[in-house]
Amino acid sequence: MDIAFVRRELIAPLPPPLATRGMLGFARQRLFGGVLNTTLTLLSLLLLIVVLPPLLRFLIIDAVWDGASRVDCLPETQGRPVGACWPFVAAKFRQFMYGFYPEAEQWRINVTYALGVILLVPLLIPRVPYKTWNAIAFFGLFPLVAFVLLVGDVLGLPHVETRLWGGMLVTLVITFTGIIGSLPLGVLLALGRASKLPVVRMLATIFIEFWRGVPLITVLFFATYMLPLFLPGNWRIDPMLRVLIGVVLFAGAYMAEVVRGGLQAVPRGQYEGATALGLGYWRMMGYVIMPQALKHVIPGIVNSFISLFKDTTLVLIVAIFDLLGQLRAAFADPNWATPVTLFTGFAFAGMIYFLVSFGMSRYALFVERRLNTEQAR
Amino acid sequence: MKEALTGGPPRVAVHNNPKFRSAFYQIVVLAVVLACAYAFAVNASANLRAQGFASGFGFLGNTAGFGINQTLIDYSETDTYGRVFVVGLLNTLLVAIIGCVLATVLGFIIGIARLSPNWLIARLGGVYVETIRNLPLLFQILFWYLAVLGTMPSPRNSIGLGLQPILSAIGDGIAALALPGADAFRSLAASIGPPDVYLNNRGVILPRPLLGDGFEWVAIAFGLAVLLAIVLRIWARQRLDATGKTFPTGWAAFALMVGLPGVVLLALGVPIGFEHPQLRGFNFVGGVRLIPELVALLFALVTYTAAFIAEVVRAGIQAVPRGQSEASQALGLKRGLALRLIIVPQALRVIIPPLTNQYLNLTKNSSLAVAIGYPDLFAVFAGTTLNQTHQAIEIIAITMAVYLAISLITSILMNWYNARSNRRFEC
Repeated sequence: MDIAFVRRELIAPLPPPLATRGMLGFARQRLFGGVLNTTLTLLSLLLLIVVLPPLLRFLIIDAVWDGASRVDCLPETQGRPVGACWPFVAAKFRQFMYGFYPEAEQWRINVTYALGVILLVPLLIPRVPYKTWNAIAFFGLFPLVAFVLLVGDVLGLPHVETRLWGGMLVTLVITFTGIIGSLPLGVLLALGRASKLPVVRMLATIFIEFWRGVPLITVLFFATYMLPLFLPGNWRIDPMLRVLIGVVLFAGAYMAEVVRGGLQAVPRGQYEGATALGLGYWRMMGYVIMPQALKHVIPGIVNSFISLFKDTTLVLIVAIFDLLGQLRAAFADPNWATPVTLFTGFAFAGMIYFLVSFGMSRYALFVERRLNTEQAR
Repeated sequence: MKEALTGGPPRVAVHNNPKFRSAFYQIVVLAVVLACAYAFAVNASANLRAQGFASGFGFLGNTAGFGINQTLIDYSETDTYGRVFVVGLLNTLLVAIIGCVLATVLGFIIGIARLSPNWLIARLGGVYVETIRNLPLLFQILFWYLAVLGTMPSPRNSIGLGLQPILSAIGDGIAALALPGADAFRSLAASIGPPDVYLNNRGVILPRPLLGDGFEWVAIAFGLAVLLAIVLRIWARQRLDATGKTFPTGWAAFALMVGLPGVVLLALGVPIGFEHPQLRGFNFVGGVRLIPELVALLFALVTYTAAFIAEVVRAGIQAVPRGQSEASQALGLKRGLALRLIIVPQALRVIIPPLTNQYLNLTKNSSLAVAIGYPDLFAVFAGTTLNQTHQAIEIIAITMAVYLAISLITSILMNWYNARSNRRFEC
């Protein structure tokens, strides 16, 4: 009888087969596993080949980078196929950014932007201290300073009528006013809807559901054509102000629903605890409930700011020319009428809109992750 | 001391009594709201008198005097504003219904693609959703209308859409690479004949279906089949409850709804034909022309809403816990049955409420048609009619009321559905 040889120690495990490791394994599993998967991969590659190279050619390789008029953007002048006509954007840049704001006064817009950025950036970075003072400065003081700077008529600044405003300036003014107007309105409406007083609850519910049930464009028409009729005949409201009122009412109703979600997420024990401590309604809401509720829904709030930013484009229908409105106006300029002007303009404005909205949504995601880790602790 | 021992409610000052306080606050709020409403009404009537415009709804009977470039019912310039309202409402509903159907199909495809095990497909789905969702809808509508459809060739150089152009393009490509088989593709393309769908700067031209005599019988047969299917479902349900035997209701209903009209169609000798569009001179004769405004609006609304629906679908499918599919496997259900009986019903419960919300958004967003001149309710009524009659209060109130009514009806249906599906899942 033979004595079998018995190994004393374990053999080190073999490395996994080449085909399931690294790039190759990834490709086999996620791209070419099975007939259906392979077909889908090939179709996607085909789509990429059809879309990407022409896009790159249009935006960069074939694009015209300098020129003075439409002639420079014609294939006959260049002697080659022509992509985007960037000189068009350069020539219209001021119009896209400032509208018809007098050129000598445009520094006021730049100062406002700079102030806004200086106050906003530290507010967005969680580590920077003095959040309360920063928020007061940004939401309380900054609007006043911006109003004085942009409208003028005091401190020796000449008055600039709002009908001269346009482009990115209008887009940002409407978005910002919508944000600082809709937040308090939304909080009040949400409290009203959650109130124990039946009359208050009913009025808040009707208000919220009314504005949420109609399209924004009818709200803008309401503000532009109907609102002046409801006010005493000798009151004149500026067209820009009318639109701002409409946007705030509309955005406030949506904000109220977001805040309501946060209120519902606050546990009952918090209300009971606050009552047991002897806090009244406003103290309970202000010190205990709202801080928790708002923190829960920061991502939702940022998302409604993104919608607000995108919705500002609608003001061009009531003849207030935001970035998109100025873009459309610039297309009508015969000096720049080429076959590629339209695509160039849309590419430029699209990049701006995309960068701002995408940036905001990434920020919301960042805050959401941060809040999640705080809750897990 | 005695009073406290005898019990009864504690004595508090009137202004500290909760009941009194709540009544007082409510009366104050109501008084403020009513005062505002009264002030608005007084101002409005004074302003209207000062401006000298008519008020009331009498204008609905006046002659409109403007043309509309797409009408689903007969309309001429001599018709009334009331008819303009109906024409606009029908155009809005047309966009809303077609848009919702197409957006649902595209949205489900993209939502499922984002969950695909295929890495590339999932990434492409993500890029689509992020790009579309982060651009304003009006921007997209103007892009499709001005930049894409506005720069289409004239009718003489129309772009044909269909199998034939694709096949001949493949043939040309093969010929350019000097590979064999180009002629096969070309002759196949030629045998199919010219395409029936054309794209040019005047819109999209489609073949027009011609329904011959007796087609109403086919429609009646279809209606009958639907009724029969409902009866069948009720019967199958009762049998299931009584005996536990299942019945392939879905297949039977499908067979009924296709088979019954099909048999009638064959019996009548297939009274369906198509009127093919043909290029005569500078334009197309025959067929149906979709105006470019409609095409651009639909395209933008469908691609935009589909991006949101894709997210709804993805969230819905991910909301079904993994344990559900594992448990159904453990019970011995086949993959198809598990999907149909376990996964899809639970995912749908999560998907349907936000999906309805997206349908509402699409309907409300269709009012952006006014920016490109598609004659929807908002454009012809709150736009042109308001400009001509200056009766802002009545017209904006009617327009808002229509959209509100659509929203309210949808949310009532939604609440009913939610209550019903929650009941079903609780027992």
